[in-house]
Amino acid sequence: MSETLSNTRKMNMIEAIRDAHDVAMERDDDVVVFGEDAGFFGGVFRCTAGLQEKYGTSRCFDSPIAESGIVGTGIGMAAYGLKPVIEIQFADYITPAYDQISQEAARIRYRSNGQFTCPIVIRTPTGGGIYGGQTHSQSPEAIFTHVSGLKVVIPSNPYDAKGLLIAAIEDPDPVIFLEPKRLYNGPFEGYHDRALKGWKDHEDGKVPEGYYTIPLGEAKTVRGGNAVTVLAYGNMVHVCQAAQAESGVDAEIIDMRSLIPLDLDAIERSVKKTGRCVIVHEATKTSGFGGELMALVQERCFYHLEAPIVRVTGWDTPYPHAQEWDYFPGPARVAKALKKVVEAV
Amino acid sequence: MDGFQRSGEAESGARRGLRVPQPPARPGEAPDFSNVALGEPGKLGLPPLDAEASAFGVFHHDLFRVLGEDGAAKGPHAGDVSDQELKSALLAMIRTRAFDTRMLRAQRQGKTSFYMTCTGEEAIGVGCALAAQDGDMHFPTYRQQGILFANSIDPEAMMNQIYSNKKDPLEGKQLPVLYSFREQGFFTISGNLGTQWPQAVGWGMASAIKGDDKIAIAYIGDGATAEGDWHQGNLFAAVYKAPVLLCVINNQWAISTTNAFAGADLNTFAARMGSYGLPALRVDGNDLLAVMAACRYAAARARAGHGAVAIEFLTYRGGAHSTSDDPTKYRAKEELEAWPLGDPIDRLKAHVIAKGILSADEIEAIEKDAETEMREAENRAEENGLVHAGQGAPGEAMFDDVYAELPGRLIEQKKEAGF
Repeated sequence: MSETLSNTRKMNMIEAIRDAHDVAMERDDDVVVFGEDAGFFGGVFRCTAGLQEKYGTSRCFDSPIAESGIVGTGIGMAAYGLKPVIEIQFADYITPAYDQISQEAARIRYRSNGQFTCPIVIRTPTGGGIYGGQTHSQSPEAIFTHVSGLKVVIPSNPYDAKGLLIAAIEDPDPVIFLEPKRLYNGPFEGYHDRALKGWKDHEDGKVPEGYYTIPLGEAKTVRGGNAVTVLAYGNMVHVCQAAQAESGVDAEIIDMRSLIPLDLDAIERSVKKTGRCVIVHEATKTSGFGGELMALVQERCFYHLEAPIVRVTGWDTPYPHAQEWDYFPGPARVAKALKKVVEAV
Repeated sequence: MDGFQRSGEAESGARRGLRVPQPPARPGEAPDFSNVALGEPGKLGLPPLDAEASAFGVFHHDLFRVLGEDGAAKGPHAGDVSDQELKSALLAMIRTRAFDTRMLRAQRQGKTSFYMTCTGEEAIGVGCALAAQDGDMHFPTYRQQGILFANSIDPEAMMNQIYSNKKDPLEGKQLPVLYSFREQGFFTISGNLGTQWPQAVGWGMASAIKGDDKIAIAYIGDGATAEGDWHQGNLFAAVYKAPVLLCVINNQWAISTTNAFAGADLNTFAARMGSYGLPALRVDGNDLLAVMAACRYAAARARAGHGAVAIEFLTYRGGAHSTSDDPTKYRAKEELEAWPLGDPIDRLKAHVIAKGILSADEIEAIEKDAETEMREAENRAEENGLVHAGQGAPGEAMFDDVYAELPGRLIEQKKEAGF
């Protein structure tokens, strides 16, 4: 945190994200915000509420339903010198913009040898656990982590969401900012049959007012432990905490927060200590980001490993509707994996 | 022949089956441009700067032309371009062609793997560039090198890029001809077609957001208008009234496919852009005077806050698509000679001679000078190395500018690669 402020306010993740926009727009006239329903209405999830009224229609505006056009125009604005913060309504709908993101935003600095840059942030709600079915639940982070030139960030709580978003907006490189929509209103541990807790009683629901940043590329250890390292991000950070409690395994849980850049030191330090590793994400398994994490742990910690690395992920199927809780990697599945890994000889 | 075929038609005479467009002529057939609406020089005058988009309907299917076949400028826009500007334009067009000729030969000699000429389309890049102002930004495709000659680039810098050598301004990262010259208002070219179209609109939107008077100029070929980005860019430009010139270069061909595969035989590109609510013009792309008059008008209109202007430039791709292409395999050999709008350089030459601005001898001297300039530039570029001779840009440059700062994993990979 680059600036310490004593005043904090209880915020849910939506309010924290909205506040990050507000702080960034207040500090820098070049920050502009747009997307489908992001203007007058303030976004379908309210993440840009009130910004148009406060900063005017030139700084915060609605867009046509055209993801490639949204990102393409944002790239042009960034080339001019603005800092566009773009909203794609659901991560499931980012694929029409994949050409502009992967071949343009990610490459402009490289292909122009630094003559042109693309300081853009593409925010998009990600993840499942909301009965969103096939096109309101996906976790597409791996199609971005595979692209050279992009940064990929995914917060798991209001405090991080605000600090990471301000850092992303100030970052000189294009950032894909994935927001687990299941966490917008409260920490969700995967117990779908229990009432939602809300952020008000959670430590990370206390958000400093004003400006602060959380550097991209720094993981956070949310629970220290010695038996096994758990690498997680987004929704799964909370699921893993519940799974730890359920299993009683002394797990060290690391919230990666940024996937690119990745905090390799944090991973290495922890796995070398515990000798065991479980990787958890909602995204489908094959070629998911967990495969990359697994490879890195294997490359860097091989002689410290006491058991095979285990991945708990979404199944290799499209995200189903009725089978939501058979698909979503919940505490029971993660707890089982934790026990399996610590019991392995 | 109605310009397309239907499967099964020959046997049954029925109208069922898939319509597959065909060009007017294939190799061995006589060129046929009878379906191209050619307009009449001097007939059309441009509307007032603040005219509604609906006032442009007349330009959708007619053709805005200034230069007559006799070399004289005609109509209300005959005097829009000064004698000095005509000389500058002719010089830039001649230099563009001399550069292309030189680089085509360099490719055949194995000095570079790849090149693309803009033969027959020189008036468009040059005219658009001369109508723009310092600070405006062109978002070109790989066939608007004329912009760079109008904006006084040193051809050696372009050749260094083509040769990927030690002085390549892009340090060997890009395929030949995918230039980037920020200082000349020339946006980094991408291999992915159409992407620059909404980017240009966004650049214009940014200018509008900041209350600036700079404009963006977007270019796209006829074939690439089929890309989704063309449609989205048109829509955004119209919706936000972005200060941008949207230039479709209709050169009849997208590699081997006729522009009918982009719907050109169903409606003009100007009319289609007009359907988005954009003021749209269809302009003789081989008539430098018409190109400049239309671009000047469009730029002034955009700068005054009246929003985007769309222009379809009608022209013909005189050369092969690229050095990897052989057009004799798919189009009539005599098409270039038969193209009714002629050659842009020859037409401008005839005009400046008729006007007494330059004599034929003076033009010949200019052409000789351009050849010499390009030969000398090529010699200098060759001294900086040829990638194919193992004298490419430095290896360690490969890792720079992926991000603003080299992240940890790239530092590791750079070491692993031996740098």
